[in-house]
Amino acid sequence: MIAIAKLTIGEAARRRVLWVLVILALVAVGLSAWGVWALVDAARADPNIGDYIPLLVSQILILIAFMFGFVLVMTAAFFGAPAIAAELESGIAQAMLARPLRRASYLLGRWLGLAVVIVAYAVFSGLLAIGAVGLVSGYVPPNPILPVAFLAGQALILLSLTVLLSTRLSPIAGGAIAVVAFGLAWVAGVLGKIGLAIGSTTLVSISDAVRYILPTDAFWQGVVYGLEPSIVINSVGDEVLARSSPFFASSPPSAAILAWSVIWTVLVLALAVNQLRRREL
Amino acid sequence: MPAIEVTDLRKRYGQVDALAGLTMTVGRGEVFGFLGPNGAGKTTTVKLLLGLARPTSGTGKVLGAPMGDLATRRKIGYLPELFRYQQWLKAREVLTLHGELIGLPRARRGAAADEALKIVGLADRANDVVGKFSKGMQQRLGLGAALLGEPALIVLDEPTSALDPVGRVDVRGIVRAAADRGAAVFLNSHLLSEVEQVCDRVAIIDHGRVVASGELDDVLGQAETKVRVDGISPSDLPAFERFGTPTIEGDTLAIRPMDAAQVPDLVAILVGMGAKVYEVRAGRSSLEHRFLDLVARDRPPAGTPSAERLR
Repeated sequence: MIAIAKLTIGEAARRRVLWVLVILALVAVGLSAWGVWALVDAARADPNIGDYIPLLVSQILILIAFMFGFVLVMTAAFFGAPAIAAELESGIAQAMLARPLRRASYLLGRWLGLAVVIVAYAVFSGLLAIGAVGLVSGYVPPNPILPVAFLAGQALILLSLTVLLSTRLSPIAGGAIAVVAFGLAWVAGVLGKIGLAIGSTTLVSISDAVRYILPTDAFWQGVVYGLEPSIVINSVGDEVLARSSPFFASSPPSAAILAWSVIWTVLVLALAVNQLRRREL
Repeated sequence: MPAIEVTDLRKRYGQVDALAGLTMTVGRGEVFGFLGPNGAGKTTTVKLLLGLARPTSGTGKVLGAPMGDLATRRKIGYLPELFRYQQWLKAREVLTLHGELIGLPRARRGAAADEALKIVGLADRANDVVGKFSKGMQQRLGLGAALLGEPALIVLDEPTSALDPVGRVDVRGIVRAAADRGAAVFLNSHLLSEVEQVCDRVAIIDHGRVVASGELDDVLGQAETKVRVDGISPSDLPAFERFGTPTIEGDTLAIRPMDAAQVPDLVAILVGMGAKVYEVRAGRSSLEHRFLDLVARDRPPAGTPSAERLR
């Protein structure tokens, strides 16, 4: 398994797409820091806004995180979707699986290698963005590791789903399904928040159900919560409009949903191994 | 203990019988040719032997262990029909990876990779990226991977499909050298000349079952007579049916099977008919004819869609 994981990391490192993503992250962070600096500069000049700088900056950070989160999820989908399918189609997998290599080791090695790449990219881009914005604005989230961990977790959930799809579907089909499922889960999360704000138990139930089917939105809630200053959480109170916003979270995801996410990942990977084992190569 | 021993192996894909009761034995140290037309079940057999697919029924042992046994695969080298390796790796890296997968100690992997690259003629391309290789070079690399770690069984699925004539000769030498070392070689091919020149024993497979097998001489055993002749037409053929099955191939009358002792009688009849005889050759049929005899009997005419079947 470790041999396959190392091979997968090596493959990603030698592919241009990863370095393009790194360069894009640097450009995005540079531009964001410049924008935040301009905003903070203008706000400091206005005594009416000056007090709200952490609020403003945190909202921009959440938007930046939203962008990086989306990039990470897409990266997970487009690295994960061909992980097994493309190697089976080309015959690369057959040459290796005729060796004393268990199909489970092969699949989990592919997943692990991609997981390392995605987490590394999440940590690099996330901490870079938070650090750069902190440098120009003075605002650093209370625990900067937390939102980065949730960003990475969201991508890992989607990676696991795409690896599962990759055991049966073509790369394009698997990638497309995973991205659509992610979008639907995100929308379900927003609807759940609206349901909570307006007191619709049906909406909340639907949203909760979707969270258990694909728990990515719980991680997005964690990202938002982790980037907010406490002043925002306390000041919003019961304001319906704010509480229903996907860019606001009054609490971190529950321990139950986080525990479920771990179980979900194990189950999905077990199912993926089972699918690959049953497949005729 | 034979290298391969399978009994009544069957594999069904949906409604199609890819293998319909295959029974065969391959001994240690022998080069075994597995011949058949496209779709006969050759690649299916290889996949079952390696555990890449599961049989619908039947049993088989490879190197004394059940087919697909994980530990036994350490001792099996395999060149797939669809040979493809990580395009972004260097040739040497592909082989050290496979060395790692078969459990070669780290200290030996580099030397084993270099040795295999030398055997297949890629020593000077060891540090080139596989993606830049021609198909023939990639097939050579696959052959190198199959030879890694001195396996007891080498399974080659159409090993010369992408090679030029020089490469084909090289492969014959490599196969013979491996057999001399004591390895069994299972050579899957539809190239008759390749099999004819390198194999000790052959099995001809069609419609998922063995239709002939044995030592090359036994399978080819059929005698034939060829007469280069002028002055006969297809309507004369029935006159030669007492000797065997006559056919006209260009300017040659061929009769198979035909006992060489009957040659004088045949020539007398031809001369009696007023035909001009230029040359008479009595010998053994080529593998090609034998193959066609065996597999063409119940085959639909070329171009019929049903001639294409599942592999």
